[in-house]
Amino acid sequence: MKILNYDTVIIGGGPAGIAAAIRTTELGLKSILLENRDVLGGIPLQCIHPGFGLHYFREDLTGTEFITRLIDKLEKTGVEYIVKAYVHSVEYKDFDKKIVNVITPRGVLKINTKTVVFTTGARERHIFEIGVVGDRPDGIYTAGEAQTLMDIYGILPGKEVVIVGSGDVGLIMARRFALEGAKVKAVVEILPYPGGLMRNVMQCLIDFNIPLLLQHTVVKVVGRKRVERVVVAKVDKDLKPIKGTEFEIPCDTLVISAGLRPYIDLLEKLGVVVDPSTGGPVVNEYLETSVPGVFVAGNVLVINDLVDYAVEQGELAAEGVKIFVENNGIPTKTWRRVRKGRSIRLAIPHMVSGERDVILYARVSVPEKNVFVEIPEIGFKMFSFGVRPAEMLRLRLGKEMFSKLSDNVNEITLEVKPR
Amino acid sequence: MIFMDRLRVAIVGAGIVGASIARILSSYQNVDILLIDKEPDVGWGSSKANTSIIHPCHEEDPRVHLLRAELCLRGNKLWREWVEELEIPAKWPGELMIFTDSDEEKRAREFLELAKMNKVPGVRVVDREELKILEPNVSNEVLGALYAPTAGIISPFEAVIAIVENAVDNGVKLLTETYVEKVRVSSGRVLGVETSRGFIEADIVINASGIYADKISHTAGVELDFKIVPRRGEYVLFDEDVDVKPTKILHTTPTPRTKGVYAITTVHGNLMIGPTAEDLPIDAKEDLSTTVEGVEYVLREARKLLRSVPPKSRIIRMFAGLRPEPPGGQWLIKVYEDPWGFVNVAGIRSPGLTAAPAIAEYVVKLIEDTYDIKLAKKNSWSRFRRDMVRVRNRSLEEVDKLIEKNPDYGEIVCICKTVSKAEVLEAVERILKIGAKVTLDGIKFRTYAGFGKCQGSFCRWRIALLISEKLGIPLNEVVVKKSSYGIGDVKMLWREAI
Amino acid sequence: MKTAELVCIVCPASCNLKVYLEDNDLKIEGASCPRGVEFAKNEVMNPVRYVMSVVKVRGGDMPTVSVITRKPVPKDCIWRVMEALANVEIEAPVEIGDIVLRDICGTDIVATRRVKKL
Repeated sequence: MKILNYDTVIIGGGPAGIAAAIRTTELGLKSILLENRDVLGGIPLQCIHPGFGLHYFREDLTGTEFITRLIDKLEKTGVEYIVKAYVHSVEYKDFDKKIVNVITPRGVLKINTKTVVFTTGARERHIFEIGVVGDRPDGIYTAGEAQTLMDIYGILPGKEVVIVGSGDVGLIMARRFALEGAKVKAVVEILPYPGGLMRNVMQCLIDFNIPLLLQHTVVKVVGRKRVERVVVAKVDKDLKPIKGTEFEIPCDTLVISAGLRPYIDLLEKLGVVVDPSTGGPVVNEYLETSVPGVFVAGNVLVINDLVDYAVEQGELAAEGVKIFVENNGIPTKTWRRVRKGRSIRLAIPHMVSGERDVILYARVSVPEKNVFVEIPEIGFKMFSFGVRPAEMLRLRLGKEMFSKLSDNVNEITLEVKPR
Repeated sequence: MIFMDRLRVAIVGAGIVGASIARILSSYQNVDILLIDKEPDVGWGSSKANTSIIHPCHEEDPRVHLLRAELCLRGNKLWREWVEELEIPAKWPGELMIFTDSDEEKRAREFLELAKMNKVPGVRVVDREELKILEPNVSNEVLGALYAPTAGIISPFEAVIAIVENAVDNGVKLLTETYVEKVRVSSGRVLGVETSRGFIEADIVINASGIYADKISHTAGVELDFKIVPRRGEYVLFDEDVDVKPTKILHTTPTPRTKGVYAITTVHGNLMIGPTAEDLPIDAKEDLSTTVEGVEYVLREARKLLRSVPPKSRIIRMFAGLRPEPPGGQWLIKVYEDPWGFVNVAGIRSPGLTAAPAIAEYVVKLIEDTYDIKLAKKNSWSRFRRDMVRVRNRSLEEVDKLIEKNPDYGEIVCICKTVSKAEVLEAVERILKIGAKVTLDGIKFRTYAGFGKCQGSFCRWRIALLISEKLGIPLNEVVVKKSSYGIGDVKMLWREAI
Repeated sequence: MKTAELVCIVCPASCNLKVYLEDNDLKIEGASCPRGVEFAKNEVMNPVRYVMSVVKVRGGDMPTVSVITRKPVPKDCIWRVMEALANVEIEAPVEIGDIVLRDICGTDIVATRRVKKL
């Protein structure tokens, strides 16, 4: 068993973790990045479509190109990392002392560290948690799994596909299946509007004449050995299947793309406060959780649409780590709570100080056209032709905006107002 | 007395009963045992989808089901030895039969009388106060409970695997993916079984084929009126981290039809609730589907048991199993003189899992007595079987030592359940050793990889990759349960089209 | 006058565009950048798309390499690209930007992932 000492341990070598590790290393902190798989890169390794790096590199890159550039930057910066490393547990010993226990093929490591950055990403919702009953045949995959099989291992999971959920991953996979010659019978979406970006609805479904069944759900799977068909029904406004509207779609493959959830197992064991609307930890503007010195970034914090945001959050967390290490903790501030106003489903961070520029990431609850996104207390007002739950808002609040706030105001409200 | 050089026995069905019979028989000399199953691996019928309980046997009325009561009691005792010898995960928390009104209490007290008749130790009625101490997570709706301390929980699919591994170690041959189509009988004697792999000779054919036991018996021309009704039971499984998990086995007061709905914490730490009890048409022998009504029913019943039941969104698995329900609930365990060599161990409904080791002993003795055969015990029978070494059960110091000997213990491929590459590879070897087919499900049952919160979405392809490398087969040919992980190369449809 | 409503897909802002076509005069509303105007024009006159897929790699640390058309191709040429890729296999090492297939639908198909030689 080896005992090591670091300023920060970054858990999870996807885009957020790599970005965090690059920045902490650049900032002169003794850092180590841990990744469970045998390669760094995470999900973008299997994303062969463009839409990555528009903000970060100012280029429209494929996920694969984006992550290669990021990994090259990591190597160039000289970031220390270990692959095939499994974090068994994280112990909170003190304000500035945590122990990260790691299992690797070279033995167990006990890493004493001042701070931990969790960038463990998200997991996919599976068929049971979305309540699909029936048989449990072969031929059921989550969308990410199907993507790994097709776009890393060159395997076709099936040829007559029904996709549950119109989130981006599902839409992307609908196009992948269609391009490789499979028949995508339908994308079944329980809400009255699609779950993914409009560009994906257009380029993945409309382009390929794939039916998008809004306000429908797969109620049952049927199949002896492999999937043979699914039973689909329309849903009412409470999202419950309407009796009598059931119909069958024959297929041999069911792809579940019903959403991602932050993978917070280790964080829950540390006792972090979780925001039920994001499924991730409650954080301040340094992306520090309720446990001092424990930071989060990327999909484990909030499910992001763009990898650029995950990377930005990684860098933000790194800067938070630097401040923590230099000051032996984040200096005490008068935190202002970010309150969710009209039509805001989630907003990160949950607490801002007003002493520095801050970036707010938020999602609206319902689609609306021609609206203002506002924070009345500081006079922030932004017009948008259209807001959708699937498209995350990224709002830059300069610290000068907060100068208008009087000291006794301890919350700011983010809200959507019709024009 | 019949003297035979070697007795050739074919056991149809490698479930808990068939496997237990194979294990007991393997302790005798001059017996060649073939264990046959239609599935790719062992225990894939009722044995893997049941409530996992080792019953105390105070629910068996000896006046109506004497055999069930006796073998249940003996089985409860024997399991305590078997789980140690075979390293099967088990725990013995005791059970609480919850009653919520005076009618249920009346029925519960009837079981107290049965407990006395069957000499089941320690059974007593507990009131609300004591119940809340025995089980702090019990619901507030309760009046009291019947407490039976000798109840246990095992891992049923691991039990079958362990028993078969031990049986194979002791010379039993396993044949999987083999359908028995007919028992061949001629001149009042069993000749063997006609299977999808051809005809196999046997002196004695033991029918332990679960849901299909009636059909197999009919092919031998035996008990043509005997029909097994598939009784479906649906279950719901939650992950380990839910707020409320019972320490003891909790269940509602049984009705004449069913043992009630159970809420237990499985040996793996999951909250499991179920089953329903729905009789399906006789021919629906493959209907393992779950239903919305079934899931809602078990969750509703669970509210009688637990002070809070997690929301549906925390469900990590819903599954169903079929119980083989015989007429009148009577087990059909019989050794036939005509046709000579045919043995029925059929309709083994609850308490089948509990009684299995005892049923096996009983069947062997019945064969000896009926056919006047004297079997001699082996001198060198190995009663022990070691379970796999698992990283998840060990301290970090122990894991460090494991890695020193084998670095593959340090490569964790299933994040949710902390399963190492070494365990996956060992599971592949164990499947091959018993002669079963390597499947992702078989690996899952042996390692727990895929049992966790992500239900395999992170790790299934990683496990499949390990199998593909170890067996030297393309990744898409790795079998999930019964069909392959992928249908071919990603360009296969284009190549066909051009 | 002909009108069409589109969602711009040039970047994830996904502006809602309205296109008015009258006497060969095209008017576009709702775009927040010139690329959006360009996109609307093209979607109505000459829609194009990037096409991406994977091809098999021999002797590399990954069994496939991801590829994309260097430029977007006319929508009705998408299937020509896929057909052309059906039997392509290349040797490791592969660098991002390596040309995997030349001159399909007026552009090349290039690699978008690095595959190291084993």
